[in-house]
Amino acid sequence: MIPRLFSRPFDSALFCGFLGVAGLLLLAEAAGRLGLVSTVQFPLASTVLVTAAGLAADQEFLVDVGATFAAWALGLSLTVAFAVPAGLLLGSVPAVERALRPVIEFLRPIPSVALIPLAAFVFTERLDMKIAMIMYASTWPILINTMYGLREVDPLAKETLRAFGFGRTAVLLRVSLPSTAPFIATGVRVAATIALILAISTELLAGGSDGIGAFIILAGSSPDGLTLTVAATVWAGLLGIATNGAFVRVERRLFHWHPGTAT
Amino acid sequence: MTMIRHVPARLARLWVVPVVLLVWELATRAMEHPFFPPPSVIVVHMRDLWFTGSPARLWLNDTALANFPQSLGRLLAGWVLAGVGGVVIGVAIGRSPLLYRFLDPIIQFGRALPAPALLPMFLALFSTGTRMQIATITFGIVWPVLFNAADGARSIEPLHLETARVFGLTRGQRLLRIVLPSAAPKIFAGLRLSLSLALILMVIAEFFSTEGIGFQLRAAQRAFDLPGVWGAIVLLGILGYVLNQAFLLLEKRVLTWHDAKM
Repeated sequence: MIPRLFSRPFDSALFCGFLGVAGLLLLAEAAGRLGLVSTVQFPLASTVLVTAAGLAADQEFLVDVGATFAAWALGLSLTVAFAVPAGLLLGSVPAVERALRPVIEFLRPIPSVALIPLAAFVFTERLDMKIAMIMYASTWPILINTMYGLREVDPLAKETLRAFGFGRTAVLLRVSLPSTAPFIATGVRVAATIALILAISTELLAGGSDGIGAFIILAGSSPDGLTLTVAATVWAGLLGIATNGAFVRVERRLFHWHPGTAT
Repeated sequence: MTMIRHVPARLARLWVVPVVLLVWELATRAMEHPFFPPPSVIVVHMRDLWFTGSPARLWLNDTALANFPQSLGRLLAGWVLAGVGGVVIGVAIGRSPLLYRFLDPIIQFGRALPAPALLPMFLALFSTGTRMQIATITFGIVWPVLFNAADGARSIEPLHLETARVFGLTRGQRLLRIVLPSAAPKIFAGLRLSLSLALILMVIAEFFSTEGIGFQLRAAQRAFDLPGVWGAIVLLGILGYVLNQAFLLLEKRVLTWHDAKM
């Protein structure tokens, strides 16, 4: 008799996902070996994987990953510290929101990377520049989500507290902020992805000596540059999955009571 | 959201715009810092760069005509490709749990890849040019559409599908009449996000090429032409605003039957 575990293997997400990834890698490998894609133009899947594994032990690469994530963490924390209070202010004082709305609507569509050339002039320190770019781009999702969350606060709960004689600040801290928290968390998760993109873009476009982006630029000039570049990109993707997964997990744990939490 | 507002009231709300412009002008004039030219200087510089043409050509001069349409064309091409691809794959994985289980890790990985990091790879594959730019844009922006389409296709009222089956609608008819319309609001939300991402990736991809608005920005940076850098940023901001407004109009037209609040 077949053990129950294997009775319906296609019901297992892990098994299917593994097959999917393995299938894609095999396809890529076959395309290279059969000459459908020139290996000069694009390295074999196996070569990339071996190089990527090698990078995990490469001191230089680890330092670069550390630099990117240090800028990412610092930039994201500063963004949260700025954007959440700003969102609370805009969301709870309609006069301020009305006045600033046109300014926000004109600033938001400016593509963040377009500011990198300007920032390259203004900031002499690369870290400051990365952080400024991260803050500009990742403020929006947090700000908008905070404002949106405040609009969804149960008015009855606010009225109740007010009826008991609590002031504006108390209502904000005891009702509005806790019920807005899941929305803020979603905003922070989106902002975290954007912050990583901006950190790497800034390293790629503005040069500098450390970070994943700088590693990719530097690798481009070495003989097997493309393999190194793709391998570094694979790591960037894996790290992106890991951080996003961590955020989803924290969100689920903190806000399991909230219906719309994390998908 | 209430849509009907009186035009004068709407204009009155914009009082802060001239105030900000005035403060910006006065502050930059007082600073006299080369990195921060006054807005009046930026506007004059923008006109000299791009808008010296005849009114018949919307005042666009040769430089503008050699760069703007190309940029916009690639942006829209990438957006349409990502839209079609994202909807097809998204609806497929939204309707088939098995396919979803197979592709989920690959899609998660693709989404997590920071698109700018892929530029060297696309440069190696396609070298500089339109194909590389469209590939970068498409790959970078397909994810929001894909995820939203999958989400929309997954959460269709089962009763609607059952009813359609009872009335003998074929698979194709069910897809066109029930699945796509039900998923449309979510798909549009994804398309909107993709459009603003497309502008970002267009700029990055053009940093590495020889024409386009992104190239002009890069060229201005290399020439230490600060008003030129500012001008390109302002131009891209206006483009982003116009694209977003145009999209909202399109969405309103297509989704008239749907009274969702955004």
